Amino acid sequence: MATAVDGAGAGASGGAGDGTEYERAFDAAVAADERIEPRDWMPDAYRATLVRQIAQHAHSEIIGMQPEANWITRAPSLRRKAILMAKVQDEAGHGLYLYSAAETLGTGRDELLDKLHSGRQKYSSIFNYPTLTWADVGAIGWLVDGAAITNQVPLCRCSYGPYARAMVRICKEESFHQRQGYELLLALSRGTPEQHAMAQDAVDRWWWPSLMMFGPPDDESQHSAQSMAWKIKRHSNDELRQRFVDICVPQAESLGLTLPDPDLRWNEERGHHDFGPIDWAEFRDVLKGNGPCNEERLTRRRRAHEEGAWVRESAAAHAAKHTTGETGAIPA
Amino acid sequence: MTTTSAQETVPTAAALALGDDALVLSHRLGEWAGHAPVLEEELALANIALDLLGQARVLLSLAGDEDELAFLREERAFRNLQLVEQPNGDFAHTIARQLYFSAYQYLLYTELAAGDGPLAPLAGKAVKEVAYHRDHAEQWTLRLGDGTATGHTRMQRAVDALWRYTGEMFQPVEGIDVDRPALEAAWLERITRTLHRATLTVPDGPRTGAWTAGAGRQGLHTEPFGRMLAEMQHLHRSHPGATW
Repeated sequence: MATAVDGAGAGASGGAGDGTEYERAFDAAVAADERIEPRDWMPDAYRATLVRQIAQHAHSEIIGMQPEANWITRAPSLRRKAILMAKVQDEAGHGLYLYSAAETLGTGRDELLDKLHSGRQKYSSIFNYPTLTWADVGAIGWLVDGAAITNQVPLCRCSYGPYARAMVRICKEESFHQRQGYELLLALSRGTPEQHAMAQDAVDRWWWPSLMMFGPPDDESQHSAQSMAWKIKRHSNDELRQRFVDICVPQAESLGLTLPDPDLRWNEERGHHDFGPIDWAEFRDVLKGNGPCNEERLTRRRRAHEEGAWVRESAAAHAAKHTTGETGAIPA
Repeated sequence: MTTTSAQETVPTAAALALGDDALVLSHRLGEWAGHAPVLEEELALANIALDLLGQARVLLSLAGDEDELAFLREERAFRNLQLVEQPNGDFAHTIARQLYFSAYQYLLYTELAAGDGPLAPLAGKAVKEVAYHRDHAEQWTLRLGDGTATGHTRMQRAVDALWRYTGEMFQPVEGIDVDRPALEAAWLERITRTLHRATLTVPDGPRTGAWTAGAGRQGLHTEPFGRMLAEMQHLHRSHPGATW
């Protein structure tokens, strides 16, 4: 960004300055839709909000590998197995981009993982739902990735440069996953009666949790106003949720599947679909840790980390022994 | 499985042996998803699994329908090495299995690629992937063997445990025409050099037991394999004739 003062050199802490030169430069940059970069001065609260949001996003990619990895060993064709493996691999990659983006804000991946493992930082509530059938893999692709994209495409214009750039790369891959999920469901929907029923059941179970991915209603969203003012967020939760519903309705029709909402109908006046009430009690319960898989997801992540400790320690010890430019490659 | 005229030129036994190796090892690596010791290894193991699955699909398609072959054969009809079906164990066991197999696969595919047989085009493409797999396994063998005392102990235990499955790689397979003694000597040389560099001892036990010598290639497998297939094939078998 061009106009903000380089705060790293000035040693400014980013404290609650009231109309300081730094703060004015920051505000002006945000107002002009310029990107804030790691060395620029930024308010402490802006930095903290971004760390929280990016870390949570990274954690969601990592925990989100589990419900899908659950089906890698049971995928019903080699083509589907390859697609699913590639997808889970992409998710690990997204986690890496996002941890890197968070690290530009002065935190470290180890610290963030600690916070995830100890429950001090969250991940998306959607990954606390179980994948019970193969069709769930398709429903996650179509609905969960679809909701994620609706949320994330505006983040490509987020005021913080490293996050925005990570989102550009991630959104490209996510939209690919979303199409694959749709195509998986389409194959099931047009398949045998059992396959069709499997697809419908998965959509029935994932529809409402997907709508919850946009977060609480606007009047209950504690971070929204400030995030919008800082141009981290560009649209409200309810706005994005509505956009998602409007996108999904015709897609469900072409899939030959129904959405489990008796109140869902086109509203000519609003130019949008009306939809039924979301069960916010369930949403809060899952967030609090009482969802179907909260315990299992976190335990598995912690176990992988703990059981891998000796591997990381050995790699570090090896690196410390061989610091003199040896590549480690075995000569041909 | 239907027999096509293409099989006149494609050695089915060879395609099945190599295809099953890749399919089964890919499956084992897929079991790591979400469990790896570090995020970078989630990517690396999935990446290798995906390469192997790609190879398996090409090879099995040379022998018939890839899904019929993968999902509808019984344990006794699989032709993979017993080495690749061994359970993941800890990370050291997975790396030892990769080290042994990728060194063999690299040498074999290099030779196949240089020849003019029907497997040459596939081998030429795959050998580039396998070079990466071998490098990955060797680097980790060094890090674990020559890292901490725990790493060293575990890596040594792993290379020892899997040693008895390595002789099978050099048993004859119909349709794979290579200089097997030379391949075996080159493999042993490479493995010895890697293990020494990793401060590990080359295991001194036999490389084949009465049972493991060529057994996998004959459809005689170890106990964990049946369970692996049960999981892999369950969904496909539950919906006969369905397309996915």
